[in-house]
Amino acid sequence: MKRIRQHLTDILLILGLVLLFTSLLLWMVKAPPLEAFQNLLAGSFGSWSRFTRVLNVWIPLTLCSFGLLYAFRTGLWNIGVEGQMVLGAVGATWALRMGMESGSPLLYLGLALVSGAVLGALWALFAGWLKIRGGVHEIFAGLGLNFVAMGLVLWLIFGPWKRAGIASMSGTQPFPIELWFPSLPGWRVSPFAIALTVAVILFSFWVLNRSRFGLNLEAVGRNPRAAPLYGLSPRQYMLAAIAISGALAGLAGMLQVSGIYHRLIPAISSGYGYLGLLVVMLANFRLLPVPFIALFFAALNVGSIQLPMMMQLDSSLSGVIQGASVMSALLVFGLRRLRAGRAE
Amino acid sequence: MHIELQQIHKRFGKVEALKGIDLKVSGGTIHGLVGENGAGKSTLMKILTGYLSSSGGRILLDGEAVKYGTPAEAAGLGIGMLYQEPQDFPPLSVLENFMVGRDSHPDGNRARQRKRLQGLAEKARFELDPDTPVEKLTIGERQQLELLRLLGRNARVLILDEPTTGISERQKERLFQALYQMRDQGRTILLISHKLDEVSSLCDRVTILRQGRVVGEEEAPFHISRLLELMFDQSHQEPVPRPDSRPGRAILDFDRVVARGERNGLHQCSVTLRQGEVVGLAGLSGSGQGLFLRLAAALQRPLEGEVHSLGHSHRGRKHSAFRRAGGTFLPADRLEEGLIPGFTIQDHFALARGLPAHKARETAVEAIDRFNIHGQPESPVDALSGGNQQRLQLSLIPEDARLILLEEPTRGLDVSSGEWIWHHLLERYGTTGAIVFSSAELEEILAVATRVLVFFDGRVVRDLGSDQLDYQHIASAMTGN
Repeated sequence: MKRIRQHLTDILLILGLVLLFTSLLLWMVKAPPLEAFQNLLAGSFGSWSRFTRVLNVWIPLTLCSFGLLYAFRTGLWNIGVEGQMVLGAVGATWALRMGMESGSPLLYLGLALVSGAVLGALWALFAGWLKIRGGVHEIFAGLGLNFVAMGLVLWLIFGPWKRAGIASMSGTQPFPIELWFPSLPGWRVSPFAIALTVAVILFSFWVLNRSRFGLNLEAVGRNPRAAPLYGLSPRQYMLAAIAISGALAGLAGMLQVSGIYHRLIPAISSGYGYLGLLVVMLANFRLLPVPFIALFFAALNVGSIQLPMMMQLDSSLSGVIQGASVMSALLVFGLRRLRAGRAE
Repeated sequence: MHIELQQIHKRFGKVEALKGIDLKVSGGTIHGLVGENGAGKSTLMKILTGYLSSSGGRILLDGEAVKYGTPAEAAGLGIGMLYQEPQDFPPLSVLENFMVGRDSHPDGNRARQRKRLQGLAEKARFELDPDTPVEKLTIGERQQLELLRLLGRNARVLILDEPTTGISERQKERLFQALYQMRDQGRTILLISHKLDEVSSLCDRVTILRQGRVVGEEEAPFHISRLLELMFDQSHQEPVPRPDSRPGRAILDFDRVVARGERNGLHQCSVTLRQGEVVGLAGLSGSGQGLFLRLAAALQRPLEGEVHSLGHSHRGRKHSAFRRAGGTFLPADRLEEGLIPGFTIQDHFALARGLPAHKARETAVEAIDRFNIHGQPESPVDALSGGNQQRLQLSLIPEDARLILLEEPTRGLDVSSGEWIWHHLLERYGTTGAIVFSSAELEEILAVATRVLVFFDGRVVRDLGSDQLDYQHIASAMTGN
């Protein structure tokens, strides 16, 4: 009961800080804050079609965030999610391109799902391997590999996979509708993709909070030096965690390719990897808040799209709010830790 | 400087750690503070050094009430503390460490500071090379450096927390000489220690704490039995009778083992340990004992030679296989290397035994009762005291373990916790397996070991049976004689 009250005060404090900060900023550029917030809300939840767009952002963001939770459990900062998502998109594109002339699209969609996850996992394992064998900190390895992944996509779009005749930033040749991620008629968001995401959420709850494997991951993260005394190899668990992290990011990349853009584009990751890091930090590395925060962030992203038209405000306001939320959250959590420390 | 504490209270939530402490320490004396783990010594000293604020009471320095809330303010008033773990900057040199910090001498000239350092070192008869990086020093030398730093900024009150842990006999003598010198210069010295023989030879007065209260104050000369009586509720337990079974099968075998690690590695170590033996590894800290234990536990690989344990070669063998065969290892740094901070007692059972949550809870409840652990299944281990952490580690050892490797098993524990632990170990594993332990306390080794290996500079220089155990002999072998 006391903990619930504490969490509630935390949330109210964070929201209060964010509103204060954003309002101040809007007031400084002479835009009415209330109207801006109303527009954000209307832009994301105003109609069913807008809400489906929010869900389309929520899916990859949630997948990336849950992936990150696995890595964080072992104490790893998998900054490379962005690149892993891109590689997942590349893997999916590879499979779907092979399926363009075939008669069994579902087979190739299945293959795309697998190859996306596998390529994402391999890209993540590469960062993990660099850390474990080469002593490269995973943040630097991940960040470096993000740039490499970006280069790889551009090379593919302008090289081997360029559209017949023209190569352009608009991406590869779009896939025929049979190779789009399956949906239901009239749905702008695939219920199957939602179901997949919900399954990942539930499964992760079980793995991270209930299973032996999850306990072992956490033990490795909290004290890698003691882990061997319990028969655990920190390296193996770290590699396993980062691979799962990459696989989920790769899955997100696959859905971007087959479900949203229906082709590979340079900005295929839409920055959801980095945004996922913010989601997890705002959730204070706990599982339960992640889907809700991801929804909040997705709504901000979608809601801000119409700010330029309605109020001549840049849509980056959503990023400002997201950043401010994380800063406020870290501040509130930090203050609480300080107070707890002082009470000792 | 004259210190007076009046009715110092400290509560942590519901727990009252200090229940009105009155303490007077005169300038120019060495004052001892003794008490069981959890008696409140550390809390009291943290208040005096500004790390904690008191919940009530007054501090008077030379008769004047003072108020401060940070270590920096306390340092400004001339209160300095020598911590058990050196608080220094290992990559920097001795001189740089001496100079660093806003609280040190304002003169930034290296040549002049070098002279100051050398002057202070000479007076205290410490041998420190100003240009050596601190990471190359022994714990004892780092402690000497800290002491010089405190002197260099004119600390008038020195608080020492277990200063002789992990330092050599020679360094200990130097330290004591330096402390006498400082006392005679009029400084006030407060000494926290578990080692009553040291307390009684060093101190002029001793205050005994028990459960957050002052229960007695004694003046030199001291009677150790009287101090023990005040420190503990129950009467002092007698040392444990040693198992007198004949050594049986070989359980651990080192064959010309060479390994890197610690200060000097391990050189050409050949030794066979048998069932029923309780083997003490004596030596100055870092002489190879820790390395020996880690090699025996298959946590580290030798460069040359071979290790066999419990009937298996260690070649390509992992620690997990060693555990399955009936081996176990308890490191000295309980929270650093042995337990998982943030995990509960119950989590540890789930982890160590591979149990599901409800089974782990049952086992934890049982162990808490049997091992007398003060805590709940859901208590995080970092909230337990050192003695309880150690008892938890013991309770995690499988019942049928046959090779028990222990690194400093009673380090930082009070006498009764230590005795409880040895009672348990000898009773449970003394005849069915082999117990191998390192200890910085020669008394502990002499009290329980049936065989002693003496380490010096990475070599086993003596291998002594139970009829050859003599304090003087081992002590001189430890220092290379």
